[in-house]
Amino acid sequence: MKNKASVVVIGGGVVGCSIAYNLARLGVKDVVVVEKNFLASGSTGRCGAGVRQQWGTEMNCRLAKESMKIFENMNEILKTKRDIELKQEGYLLLAYSEREMDQFKKNIELQNSLGIPSHLVTPEEAKEIVPYLNTENLIGGAFCPTDGHANPFLVTQAYADAARYLGVEFYLRTEVTGIRQEKGRIVGVETNRGFIATEKVVNTAGGYSQVIGKMVGLDLPVYSERHQILVTEPVEKMQGPMVMSFSYNIYCQQNPHGSFIMGFGDPNEPRDFNIRSSWQFLEEMARKVTWLLPPLKHLRVVRQWAGLYNVTPDRQPILCETPQVPGFYLAIGFSGHGFMIAPMVGILMAEMITGQKLSMDLELDLGRFERGELILEPSVV
Amino acid sequence: MENGKIIVCRCEDVTLAEIRQLIEEGFTSLDEIKRIARCGMGPCQGKTCSQIIAREIAAATGKSLEEIQIPTNRPPIGGIKLGELVGEENEE
Ligand SMILES: Cc1cc2nc3c(=O)[nH]c(=O)nc-3n(C[C@H](O)[C@H](O)[C@H](O)COP(=O)(O)OP(=O)(O)OC[C@H]3O[C@@H](n4cnc5c(N)ncnc54)[C@H](O)[C@@H]3O)c2cc1C
Repeated sequence: MKNKASVVVIGGGVVGCSIAYNLARLGVKDVVVVEKNFLASGSTGRCGAGVRQQWGTEMNCRLAKESMKIFENMNEILKTKRDIELKQEGYLLLAYSEREMDQFKKNIELQNSLGIPSHLVTPEEAKEIVPYLNTENLIGGAFCPTDGHANPFLVTQAYADAARYLGVEFYLRTEVTGIRQEKGRIVGVETNRGFIATEKVVNTAGGYSQVIGKMVGLDLPVYSERHQILVTEPVEKMQGPMVMSFSYNIYCQQNPHGSFIMGFGDPNEPRDFNIRSSWQFLEEMARKVTWLLPPLKHLRVVRQWAGLYNVTPDRQPILCETPQVPGFYLAIGFSGHGFMIAPMVGILMAEMITGQKLSMDLELDLGRFERGELILEPSVV
Repeated sequence: MENGKIIVCRCEDVTLAEIRQLIEEGFTSLDEIKRIARCGMGPCQGKTCSQIIAREIAAATGKSLEEIQIPTNRPPIGGIKLGELVGEENEE
């Protein structure tokens, strides 16, 4: 193991690997990624793998759209060994009230102005897109045909392989246990396998980002919360898009591989690090999905699991260098949508760390919570 | 028989040659191989393939079988239909 690095990235999830690759791409030598388990073993490998561009703020639309462009070309850009299994058959968002419909209208206007090809649909049109959709109580919806899915393990691995090729070193099964500071500056990272001297640390520890914050004496405004999910046996292709509703609280998509993946958010979930799965989830999920997509009742559940959302007060990530501890960078608090924007997050963080002008305006600093300048994104699950 | 024709994981059609290739690329735990190649993610939850892959890893790395961790068996192991969970009659 190296005892010195220019940048230490803590966490080998999709965000850490994307940042490490982009740092190396910008010419930074001696970048190290430290991961306590294996790549994508955290939230990344447990996520719903959905990639959508239908957002309600300009910044999020841009982050998602630019990231989608990268997903579309990722096999070539990263020269991946295995295809990342990108599927673009849309996201169908369902509206159950006039208020929701009005919001979709506003969002679509914004999305279209930025080149995202979304449009409104009537319940009849929704049924054309997913013929077995139960349209009871449905008022309408929004559809973006280029949204979809990508394989999170293979995307993370692709970034890691490309980063390794450019000289980044990965220390897997290695846990960061402390961050050493002298006179208010970072001097290195302690791990269970030794000390690495460095002046720059990137916190991409996902559900454990607040634990890493404590290591430099910061009380970061994030908490972790379990989200459960399940997958069925693979079957013949029957559903193109991800079907999702904010108010009915569900998402369900058929993977390119044939299995269906689905989940919902429990509003009463306590804030902790629990990732055990529960029977309550299984039953509630079955109830919801068999009502909305009746033929799915014939499918067998193969596995169920859980992962952590790392959540901020406005459910938008924190991407910045902390003013309190120079050299300590945050790419945390993705609040359940970090996979789909990881390609752009990697580019922007690498630009920030190397002191370049960012290729996109960001308002995601840590200070926004104290200033009361929260991001008002209407379209989070 | 060629390794490319020997199926290790029957649920996901993963061959012995693919497993050996992944081990050679440096994936030396069942958890990693499961996530890249999907073996063990199918309906049987890796009942047969886990043992075979563990033996392959042991042979390639010199680790003992005890050192190689078998991934978490995810519920529900039997493979229940979504309809059965809501008590719906499931005539087919
Ligand atoms: C059920 C569920 C469904 C989701 N669905 C979607 C979706 O459809 N679309 C989407 O875009 N997003 C989704 N998300 C969110 C997405 O998974 C996350 O936002 C994203 O994976 C965050 O990536 P990350 O790299 O920041 O974190 P992680 O993948 O969690 O990576 C952090 C890594 O840090 C490591 N680590 C932690 N502490 C230490 C330490 N002390 N030393 C060394 N390493 C350490 C961990 O082992 C982990 O591998 C979902 C999440 C869940 C749980």
